[in-house]
Amino acid sequence: MLKLEKRPQPSRLWTWVTPLLAVVITMLAGGALFAALGKDPVEAIATIFWQPLFGEFAFYYRPQLLIKGAPLILIAIGLSLGFRAGIWNIGAEGQYIVGALTGAGVGLAFYPTESVLIFPLMVLAGALGGWGWAMIPAVLKLRFGTNEILVSLMLVYVAEQLLAAMALGPMKNPEGMGFPGSRNLRQYESAHNAELITGTGMHWGVVAAFIAVIFAYVLLTRHSLGYHIRLTGQAPRAARFAGVRPARLVLVCLGTAGALAGLAGMFEVSGPAGQVSIDFNVGYGFTAIIVAFLGRLHPLGILLAGLLMALTYIGGEIAQSNMGLPAAAIQLFQGMLLFFLLAVDVLTNYRIRLARREVA
Amino acid sequence: MDMGSISPELLLASLMVAATPILLAALGELVVERAGVLNLGVEGMMITGAICGFAVAVNSGSPAFGFVAAAGGGAVLALLFAALTQVALANQVASGLALTLFGLGLSSLLGQGYVGIKPPPVARLDIPLLGDIPFLGRVLFSHDLMVYFGLALVGLIWWMLKYSRAGLILRAVGENHDAAHALGYKVVRIRVAAILFGGACAGLGGAYISLIRVPQWTEGMTAGAGWIALALVVFASWKAGRVLLGAWLFGGVTVLQLNLQAAGFAIPVEYLSMSPYLITILVLVIMAGDKSRAPASLGRIFHASQ
Amino acid sequence: MKLTHLLTSAALALGLATGAVAQDTTKVGFIYVGPIGDGGWTYEHDKGRLAIEEHFGDQVETVYQESVPEGADAERAITQMALQGADLIFTTSFGFMEPTVAVAEKFPNVKFEHATGYKTLPNLSTYSARFYEGRAVQGHIAGKMTKSNIVGYIASFPIPEVIRGINAAYLHAKKVNPEIEFKIIWAYTWFDPAKEADAATALIEQGADVILQHTDSTAPQAAAEKAGDVITFGQASDMAEYKPLPRVSSIIDNWAPYYIARTQAVMDGTWESQQVWQGIDKGMVKIGEITDAVPADVRDEALALKQAMAEGEYHPFTGPINRQDGSAWLAEGEVADDGTLLGMDFYVEGISGQIPN
Repeated sequence: MLKLEKRPQPSRLWTWVTPLLAVVITMLAGGALFAALGKDPVEAIATIFWQPLFGEFAFYYRPQLLIKGAPLILIAIGLSLGFRAGIWNIGAEGQYIVGALTGAGVGLAFYPTESVLIFPLMVLAGALGGWGWAMIPAVLKLRFGTNEILVSLMLVYVAEQLLAAMALGPMKNPEGMGFPGSRNLRQYESAHNAELITGTGMHWGVVAAFIAVIFAYVLLTRHSLGYHIRLTGQAPRAARFAGVRPARLVLVCLGTAGALAGLAGMFEVSGPAGQVSIDFNVGYGFTAIIVAFLGRLHPLGILLAGLLMALTYIGGEIAQSNMGLPAAAIQLFQGMLLFFLLAVDVLTNYRIRLARREVA
Repeated sequence: MDMGSISPELLLASLMVAATPILLAALGELVVERAGVLNLGVEGMMITGAICGFAVAVNSGSPAFGFVAAAGGGAVLALLFAALTQVALANQVASGLALTLFGLGLSSLLGQGYVGIKPPPVARLDIPLLGDIPFLGRVLFSHDLMVYFGLALVGLIWWMLKYSRAGLILRAVGENHDAAHALGYKVVRIRVAAILFGGACAGLGGAYISLIRVPQWTEGMTAGAGWIALALVVFASWKAGRVLLGAWLFGGVTVLQLNLQAAGFAIPVEYLSMSPYLITILVLVIMAGDKSRAPASLGRIFHASQ
Repeated sequence: MKLTHLLTSAALALGLATGAVAQDTTKVGFIYVGPIGDGGWTYEHDKGRLAIEEHFGDQVETVYQESVPEGADAERAITQMALQGADLIFTTSFGFMEPTVAVAEKFPNVKFEHATGYKTLPNLSTYSARFYEGRAVQGHIAGKMTKSNIVGYIASFPIPEVIRGINAAYLHAKKVNPEIEFKIIWAYTWFDPAKEADAATALIEQGADVILQHTDSTAPQAAAEKAGDVITFGQASDMAEYKPLPRVSSIIDNWAPYYIARTQAVMDGTWESQQVWQGIDKGMVKIGEITDAVPADVRDEALALKQAMAEGEYHPFTGPINRQDGSAWLAEGEVADDGTLLGMDFYVEGISGQIPN
């Protein structure tokens, strides 16, 4: 009989091998799926993984990977701090929405004044919006002991309704012929989160994502707060003896995650998306949770996981339109990839041993 | 504006129907969470149940077979989750989210070819005598079988958790899996069983939408009902009776909102739609001081290290 | 400004290059907001795509992408089709307007067609259907057939198109039945079958025996069938599976003739930017079969109304019409201009309740 035996420390080797293993298994299983749908499996897999990176139009898709990956990475970095300390914020989607609303709100309030100060103000407002929304579960947890998983999740639905109310009401474009949705911030220079270098996809959100990765890396490896976070996650009791103040940790972790998610929303609404609309949120906040785990809660891992997710999105779209694969097949393929990535992680932390059946 | 045009009797009757899918799914999730497992994949299991039930009902001509298939479909998907979280010890939050993604994709693939088809009708039970009671007859005794199944399930789960030995073990596993293991209970086996039960219930809830409530198949037709079911479990503070209350509240807010609009009241729809979630948060705060709180091992990974 | 120029010229060069590759067959792309299995809005657009394939055979290649979120993802999906050498791209949801404009600016050699929007470019047309003509026919049948004099209306979002439909239906119901009353529910969704079923049930319970819907699922039809003695109309697609009762007729979005004509124009090199708003006359709006459940005289009147609109003899918004607040909108014999109709944000006189905002 097979038995799992916990490794004293996560295996460094398997940490690197498992993701590759998962991708290979997914390619096999996904290939079988595509073949069952009557499509050439090799071509489909190549389209998803190869085309965006090295295909004919890679010059366009590579920057798009950054645009699609940046919000995922930015949010996931924030979430990973809390996840490491055992603080479960799963409401990043709501914080993302509120950050977009406050950020866009500031921009729209100044319309049509042009000033270099407007964009920094929007950045600040976006971060504050996300931070404030995350403070609700944090404060309720500290004050009343409520479960932050559930409160933060409930607040996602509230934020979604708020978004609809804003897009149809106060933020509606007065020149929009009565249609829902705000003005296009991309046509308002002072509020536009434009590409910094043409053709690279780099906008302020991408820059922020990279800064967040570096910052989180330094924090976790060099700073005492990072040590406290790791210690709390691994041994909560010991952490308390080491002088960790759990309340402060909750505020810092949820606050950081909220602020980063809010920033992601703000950069998205003022750049790639351009406007506040009813369907503005497309699930980045939830996908980022998966990204955080795929990246094993490590900043560099998250960077890679975010880009991998972006790759499957973009490659999947190409496969849809080039090969006529249904969107559902791509969704299923992504689901498989996540399953396998999550499943193989067991090899990092556990050894598989053949054990004899114990004699009673 | 005409309040009189709303008939309380019919309002309550539609509320019973509107509440049934989320009630079924939430009851399943309640058992799962009581066993200490958080499965966020309810939406994925519901929609898989919706298409499995629909396809089998259409092909066999029997809604009953449909519901059985729906429960089976939901359970099979839940088995994936069980394998990930109980065998491979993966994180439950991430696995649940992945399950939803997977279920949505799978259901749309399975559902190709079922768009625009009418499923076989499910008869409404008009219970003689009881159905003739004024007011209550229409509200309580003129529904399809699944509505009563949902109500019976509430009672059954309530009884099981409170009085049966199986319920006691389930709760022990959910409160402290290490202690339960030390007492000799098979933690993993019990949790897998709970997860499968949860999947089956979610599947039934989904099929209720595709076979009775709507009834048709369209992609993404559960439209977030699974997430509401999750909220419901929390709202109910993990108690079966309160799940029923919550299902009426969540279902009721939508039905009432639509009825008020039809009666000509100008209501801020978005703000009203927020209210059940805000109420849920409020309930969480209020009951924080209460003994009834989340199962202590909820969401934590169990590994028996001897 | 310099940067945008650079990008534009880069894309231009590229557009030329890819255009040259796909010379023999014309490639037509479609961006859908929902899954093609939605049975309504996207389903009908996809039927238009299939009609192109059937009509032109080997001369065309069609590609599509379904369930594209509005916003940044749409821009990428459209760009991707342009890069892959599409000659003509249809973007079939209002929310794709800004992304379509952005991409069209970068690919001046590719032709774009955006449904239901109002922004155009030399290589970007808009097209939309005068669904309100169909609403007029429905209103007439509803006014004649209701016994309770209460018509239930499931509206989606408070946008001009939906408000226009309510007004058109109300005016024509009122014309044949002065006692008529409209009960309106804003569902705040285009597609949520369970909620649509609830909305229909709520309306029926409050006495409505005719249900009009501006949402896409057949859930209201099923609710009406269950309730009995209620009539409905198919929306977006024919919803023929609910014939002959409760569904007594329907408005069908028929995009095929337009899609074929525009593809032909691209092939012939005669494509020009335009803003079209076509109705029953050009076949973009079709009235589905009026079933036997409708009395013969009512059916004849409805068909006559449809005929008058098809021949341009009658406009559903012909004065005298007042606004809801009683102020005059159209004088006797005056016909509404398209500008006002496109931005319609008010109810006509007689409708109770307010448009939410």
